[in-house]
Amino acid sequence: MPTITQLFLTVFLLFAASRVVLRFRSGELSLFGFLFWSGIFGLAAIIVLFPGLTSSIAIALGIGRGADVVVYLSVTLLFYLVFRLYIFIEDLRHDITEIVKKIALKDMDKKNDKKSS
Amino acid sequence: MKLLIGIPAYNEQEMISQVIKSLPRKIEGIEKIDILVVDDGSTDQTAKIARSLGIYVLRHILNRGLGGALKTIFSYFRSKNYDILVTFDADGQHNPSDILNLVKPIIRGEKDISIGSRWQKSRNIPFARKIINKFANIITYLLFSVWTSDSQSGLRAFSKKAVRLINLQSDGMEVSSEFFREIYRHRLSYKEVPIVVQYTSYSQTKGQKLSNAPNVFFRLFMRLLR
Repeated sequence: MPTITQLFLTVFLLFAASRVVLRFRSGELSLFGFLFWSGIFGLAAIIVLFPGLTSSIAIALGIGRGADVVVYLSVTLLFYLVFRLYIFIEDLRHDITEIVKKIALKDMDKKNDKKSS
Repeated sequence: MKLLIGIPAYNEQEMISQVIKSLPRKIEGIEKIDILVVDDGSTDQTAKIARSLGIYVLRHILNRGLGGALKTIFSYFRSKNYDILVTFDADGQHNPSDILNLVKPIIRGEKDISIGSRWQKSRNIPFARKIINKFANIITYLLFSVWTSDSQSGLRAFSKKAVRLINLQSDGMEVSSEFFREIYRHRLSYKEVPIVVQYTSYSQTKGQKLSNAPNVFFRLFMRLLR
């Protein structure tokens, strides 16, 4: 029987995965990006639903104690948020470049109009 | 056939006049050659000097980087009836006579793109430049599956078809590698043409710097994850 924390984290990861699918379908995310982020959130979901796995992995890696699921998921969440922020800033940069380009081309058209009139 | 030579320039008042005057005005097989300087928000007299030489000048009100300036050159080309585009650096490192060899495969319709490679002819290339280029070539291959001997060359020629298909995303220096993604994506044919470069103390202060390499790599990688 999953705990409330597991249910909450699973719902969050499903939401994150749905964002990945939507971005891929709209063409904003490449196939590589889709596979990468799907893998990250898929892995996080497996760890949430089967926390015992982390202990097995920790023992296999010689860490000595079960990895802290919350810490891992927090890092994943931060990673996701930083990625979103990065995309947002990049989009802003591109928008600024687009505006600068349009102004440059428009200014030239104006000058040519003046010359021809 | 009409040829446009596009020069992205940022604070190049020392060299821009010399570079523009050195460009060929006639090439066999080309009826008309136009020169366009995109002044990428320079804080010096670059645009004023270029305008005084009677060529086309577009001015960015803000500095957007090499990729931003190249996007404007591509947009200008598309809005006019040109057949071939050549991009040429404003720092005086390129030899104008190489343009002829570069446009030949495009005029003949043999290739969609030709890229000047500095590593086959040039001597005395600074060590730091060699390292940057090797690193960039490997990254370009890993990310875009196209092997090139000079992924950072600024001297290139494009057919009308290539300009129509190429969709540049990057604003900064990473745009140089992005051309290879577009070559791969659109299955464009390309040829490397050996060119000569003159590395002066001035030109070495321009272009790619070793310290900028991790940033360029990070941006290219993040672009793949989008």
